[in-house]
Parts: sequence; C-alpha cells; structure tokens
Amino acid sequence: MFFTDRSSLEAKVRELKETLPCKRVLVCGGLGCLAKGSQKVFDRFKECLEREKIATQAKHLTEERHYAVKTGCIGLCEAGPLVMIEPQGILYLRVQPEDVEEIVEETLKKGKIVDRLVYQEEQDGRKVLWPLMKDVPFYRKQVKLVLRNCGSIDPESLEEYLARDGYLGLAKVLTEMIPDTVIGEITKSGLRGRGGGGFPTGRKWQFARVVKADRKYIICNGDEGDPGAFMDRSVMEGDPHSVIEGMAIAGYAIGAQEGYIYVRAEYPLAVKRLKKAIQDARSAGLLGENILGTSFSFDIVIREGAGAFVCGEETALIASIEGKRGMPNPRPPYPANRGLWGKPTVINNVETLANVPVIILRGADWFRSFGTLTSPGTKTFALAGKVKNTGLVEIPMGITIRELVFEIGGGIQNDRAFKAVQVGGPSGGCLTESHLDLPIDYDSLCGAGAIMGSGGLIVLDEDTCIVEVARFFMSFTQNESCGKCVPCREGTKHMLDILGRIVAGKSTVQETELLQETAFVVKDASLCGLGKTAPNPVLTTLRYFRDEYMDHVLHHVCPAHVCQAMKEYWIDPEKCRSCGKCARVCPVSCISGRPKVPYLIDQEKCIKCGSCFEACPFDAIVVSWRRKNDE
Amino acid sequence: MPEVDQEVVLSRSFEKVNAILQKHQHNPSNLVGILQEVQEEYRYLPEEILTYIATALGVSPAYVYGVATFYAQFSLKPKGKYIIRVCDGTACHVKGSMGVLKAVREYLGLKEGEDTTPDLLFTVETVACIGACALAPAMMVNEEVYGLLDEEKVKTILERYEEGRE
Ligand SMILES: Cc1cc2nc3c(=O)[nH]c(=O)nc-3n(C[C@H](O)[C@H](O)[C@H](O)COP(=O)(O)O)c2cc1C
Ligand code: FES
Repeated sequence: MFFTDRSSLEAKVRELKETLPCKRVLVCGGLGCLAKGSQKVFDRFKECLEREKIATQAKHLTEERHYAVKTGCIGLCEAGPLVMIEPQGILYLRVQPEDVEEIVEETLKKGKIVDRLVYQEEQDGRKVLWPLMKDVPFYRKQVKLVLRNCGSIDPESLEEYLARDGYLGLAKVLTEMIPDTVIGEITKSGLRGRGGGGFPTGRKWQFARVVKADRKYIICNGDEGDPGAFMDRSVMEGDPHSVIEGMAIAGYAIGAQEGYIYVRAEYPLAVKRLKKAIQDARSAGLLGENILGTSFSFDIVIREGAGAFVCGEETALIASIEGKRGMPNPRPPYPANRGLWGKPTVINNVETLANVPVIILRGADWFRSFGTLTSPGTKTFALAGKVKNTGLVEIPMGITIRELVFEIGGGIQNDRAFKAVQVGGPSGGCLTESHLDLPIDYDSLCGAGAIMGSGGLIVLDEDTCIVEVARFFMSFTQNESCGKCVPCREGTKHMLDILGRIVAGKSTVQETELLQETAFVVKDASLCGLGKTAPNPVLTTLRYFRDEYMDHVLHHVCPAHVCQAMKEYWIDPEKCRSCGKCARVCPVSCISGRPKVPYLIDQEKCIKCGSCFEACPFDAIVVSWRRKNDE
Repeated sequence: MPEVDQEVVLSRSFEKVNAILQKHQHNPSNLVGILQEVQEEYRYLPEEILTYIATALGVSPAYVYGVATFYAQFSLKPKGKYIIRVCDGTACHVKGSMGVLKAVREYLGLKEGEDTTPDLLFTVETVACIGACALAPAMMVNEEVYGLLDEEKVKTILERYEEGRE
C-alpha cells in the first residue's frame, strides 16, 4: 500500500469500506479491560472463531464470517472486560473466558442475546435490560468526535483507520486548501485547546504561520500530567492515526515539516502504538517526503518524557525535548515566535489534534452544531473516583455536571451522598452540590474557580475529606515544583506545611488566613502555569468548604473520618484485664497502668498508630472519631 | 540475585553506552533519551557512566548530572529487578492508595527511608496516575498493571513475583 496521490487514497478507502468485514467481535484492549483479563477473552474468541470456521486470520472476509478485533478503550472500564458484537452493536459486560463459548453459540450463530452479560438496571422492582450499547445510560448522552474510532477499530491497523475516512482530511487540505483556508476553517470552528487553557487553536496556528523562519515545528503534548486522567492516553492508544493526521494538517497550515510527540514515561503502550502508526503511515506515503504527490513533506519523532509534571507546560516541554532540565521560561517570547531550537513552534494537546481531521472533513459549521457558542464541540473526561460507572466519556460541551455524574456516571458508589467533583486536577478546583447544574464549558468552570483542565474528573463522596484532598494536591504540586521561581518553590511548601498541620489538628484560624494569603501570592507571582494554578484546589475548597476547614482547626474533627489525627483511642475499663500488652507495644510510651487497675492512654501523647488496638487480646481498645461537641 | 562485580559491570557497560551514544549520534539534545536507554540497561545511572557520557557529548558533568537529577524516572542508586509503582494519583488516592503502599512496604519488610529490598528484587515507588483510574487503586509491576487492589490482592501478586512465576 503506497499512495502517490489523492485519488489512489480515495480508491483504497472505498475499497476497504466495501471489503472490511462488518461482522466483528470487538474486545476492549484498553488498559482497564486488559488489567481485568481481556487478553484471555480475546485469545479465546480467536480460538473459538477459528475452530468454528466462522473467522480466519485473513482480512477481507465474506459476509458469513466474524472477525475478532482488539480495540482501544470502549469506555465503561468499570464493567470490563467489555465485548461489542457488530453489526448489531450489542455490548457485553464483565466477559470472562468461560463466557466466550456461549456468546459464539448464541449470539454469533443464532443471533440471540446472552441476557446475563448485558447492562441491567432495577426499575420499580423490575429488571430492565439494555443490550445495545447506544441505549446503555452511560453512552446515551455521549457524542463521539474525538473518540470516533477509539474502541471500534484495531488501533494497530492503518487499513481500519482508512476505512473510517482516515487521512482524507489530510488529502483534502493538501489538494484543495491553501494554509490560510485551513487556519480559517479551524478558526471558524471555534476549536479551543483541550490541554487545559482553552486557547483558540486557529489563532495559535495563525501566530506561527505569519512568522518567517526556515524551520517550524509542531509538538503534540501527550504528557498528560493530571494525576487522575487518562483521556489522552486512550486516544494515543486507541486511535493513534487521528493524532498523526491532525499533526500533519497542523504542519501544513503553519508551514512545518517536522513534528514531535511528547509522551509520558508511564505510557509504554501508547509509545508502541504511535511508533507503529508512524511507521505504517510512512510506508504508505502519508508521512515523509512529498505526501500524496504534493510538495508537502512532514515527519514525526516521538520523545518520551521522564517523569516531570512541569514538562506539560509548553516552555518546559520544549526544554525537555532539547535534552535539558525541563524548566519553564518566561513568556513572551511565545513558542509560536521562538519555540523549539528557537524556531516558531505550535504546541497542541493530543485531543485538540485528534479533533482536527473531522473538522476539516465535515466542516466548521458541522463542528459548531455540537457544544456551546463559546465552547464548540465535545470534551473527553476520565470519570473516576466514587462514581458508579468509572470510565472514559466524551460529552458535548454545555451539559451539566449533574448529567455527567448522575446520568452518565450512574451516581455515587454504594449509595453514599455526593460531596464534590474535582475538575482540572492540581490546577483545578472542587465544585459542590450547588454547582451540579453548572454547564461544562470553559467559561462556566472558570467562573466557578475551577478549570476545564485536560479532563480529569474525580467524584468525591461524603467519605472523602476535602481538606485532605487539598493537602493531597498541594503535596503533588509542591513535589513537582521545579524550583526555578521563588513564589512557587517556597509558597507551595508553606501551604503544604499549613495544610499538614490542619489535618493533624494542630493549626489555628490565623494560620488558615495565612494559607489563603499565601495562596494568592503564589497565584499572582509564579513564573509558569504550574505555580499560577497550584493554589486553585486550596482556594476553591476554602471558598466552598470553609466549615470543613474550621471543623479541623477549631474542633479537631474530621467529618469524613479520614484524618487519622482526629481519631481517639480509649481503653474500656470494663474489658481491660491490665495485662500490659498495649503499653509494651506503644511506640511513644503513652499508655500507663498497674496490675489490677485499668490502663490509660495519654491523649496528648498518642500518635494514633493503632498498635495497641491490634495488640489487645481482650478487645478493650475502643476507637472513636471526635465529634464537634467533644472537647 | 547474585552479587554483581562492579568492575565487570562497568567494563561491559561502556561498550553498551558507546552503542547507545552512537545510536543518538552523540547529540546532546538526545540526552534524556540516552539516559533512558542507559538506565534501562543497568536499572540505574552509575556515576562513572554519567561522567563518561558528559565527556563523550562534550558537555560538563554538572549538566548531565543536572538532567539526571531533574526527572523522577532517573535513579542514581541501583533499583530492583521488579519496580513496583503504586499509583497515588487523585482517583487512587481517594480510593485508598496509601493502604496499598503500606501493604506493599509491609510485605517487603522495608524500613522507613528504604525503597529497595536488600536482595535487589523489588523497588517501590509512588507515581501520580498510571492511567488506570477506573480501576483505582492501581499499581504497576514493571509494565504489568494491576487494579482494584486490596491488601490480600497485593500479597498474592507479590508472592507470584517472588516465586518467579510471573
Ligand atoms: C504545569 C502544567 C502542566 C501542563 N500539562 C499539560 C498536559 O499534561 N497536557 C497538555 O496537553 N497540556 C498541558 N499543559 C498545557 C500546555 O502548556 C499547553 O497549554 C497545551 O499543551 C497547549 O495545547 P492546546 O492549546 O491544544 O490545549 C500544562 C500546563 C501547565 C502549566
Ligand atoms: S489515579 Fe491512579 S491510575 Fe489514575
């Protein structure tokens, strides 16, 4: 397969559409399902299908045969391993290797549904089954633009990508659009950067386009540093060609011939898939010299990160690609003027770039029909935390947090009460029950003190301590602060210290004020986005959950029963036999007693380690959580 | 694991290091990649090799050392054969990753401040998100991902590695 011009590509796409099998068994090969054993399920399917002669390894199968495909993430990771049966669109959940035989017999051969494996819900005491994926509540409100192929094609097959109109967007720009029209179309679509900031992509490209230089670069930011997010990973693993095509289009638009993909060190599979995809695209003439017989040449190099959150920031990322310590630099100059090796550079997020091919192919107006006026299109989220349906979702901008958490997410696990959602990771904030009807778009989230971020959305329930969550994020950013500028280096440390004292029950109201004041200084005075946004989790929680802070500070109470220091250990005098075991194991010697007299714990000295609790042979040690009126 | 003779390692490694340097055309802008490959080979970055790389690339040892200490991935101390990365990302944190870490450390009998077992079989680290948030709490052992962990599961998994069955 080598394409010398647009028409040979188009002919191949047509041919593939007709010949690629429509009867397929899609087994999810996303990380979640793999960790739950989907590889065994896939192997079993292949075995069965081969034995039954209803499938072979060869492609271009006849109508009668089924073909097993290992795809990228199908989305509902919670209920993995997932299996989809096409063309019907049946979704089977929690499929074990033992179930494969039955699916082959019943569904593939007889067209019947295996009830026990489909999504079900209790409604008015009756069980309701939703065998088709499109009806399952988790998928009903989703719109898949970025994830258009993720979970429905074999990510390692260029042919399957082509059969989904792959590289036709690139062919279109190369043969019928000049760079300015490409930028015009992207600008018109209103696409905004999905990496967090939401900067208009068309404008960014325009800045780099107008700079005169002998070389320019496109960088795809696949660093995905938000600790609680896996959307970019899913796209790179599940549909790597869409990112490559997006980069090539961006390269054409700004006049770049080289691209870099910067991938996180923790994502070895993404690196492998991208490498294969680049190789395949190159040998098909879709990357390299004179693509599709035009004068445009473009190639891509992969760079693996080495574990530094700050390298997600553009200037730090550039330093890292140049082989230096990944420390940020002041802007301006912006990368669009002076970026990699001092040349004009456009840095875009994985998801931003994956949007580009469909926008080109279907037009800006079509894209604008999704989402809101100021935030057109969709956004992917990694839905996780204490929500029932954890997984990968893509929603049109503008739906509410309530719809996302309660309809798509299915509500809170174990029927606990909703407490907050954390959006935007360490740069974002915690939103409360009163924000549930807030539409999800850049401006609404910003207005509430959070940010869209790259798409991590963690649901917190009543058993999560908000102050501890704030401390968690602060310890993350403090740890990741590169140390170049003082406000971030020192400020995050002070904030972390104060938060540590609050959760240990050793802080004061004045100190809480100081925490807030420090937060503002760090926000205003830091050099790069890491420091400028690091205080957000603290500021939003102080704003919306001040009572919970005060419970910790004034009453030494942790309402969620998380902060260990707010626990108390007592010895029940009725049960104590004065054996002295507890006193012997206590690492701080805070238990005293004599034979025949019940032992006592000195609450001042106790470090709540629980050693005595485990040592007592008579269950005489009682643990209780302090409540507000205890003094 | 048998004791390794430091001398033998080094004489062997310079050969390998040379091959890695060659592959990267002795280009200092590939330093991060070079260090990654060296570390993959030796599971850590021996100081002698850092100095050697600096000379070979024509940059100062301080520069190489600066890069090597900046990134969390690099280690200047020997690491175990199996690297256990316990995820402490947001999703895992709220679902009890600290308990998982405690279980791992207890199983391996690590004291405070230690993260590698004396027999160089295991090293424990925490990472922020391995992208398995839907299966929180999660951890990785080398490239293998394990999710929905609890103390029992951690024990079974580590036992398998200890017996060399995985
Ligand atoms: C500390 C920090 C970390 C960041 N991490 C990421 C990241 O992991 N992925 C990403 O795409 N953008 C990240 N960004 C945003 C990038 O700097 C940049 O704005 C983005 O990649 C631009 O692409 P976009 O316009 O397509 O969103 C980060 C920014 C900061 C300040
Ligand atoms: S937070 Fe642990 S895998 Fe994402």
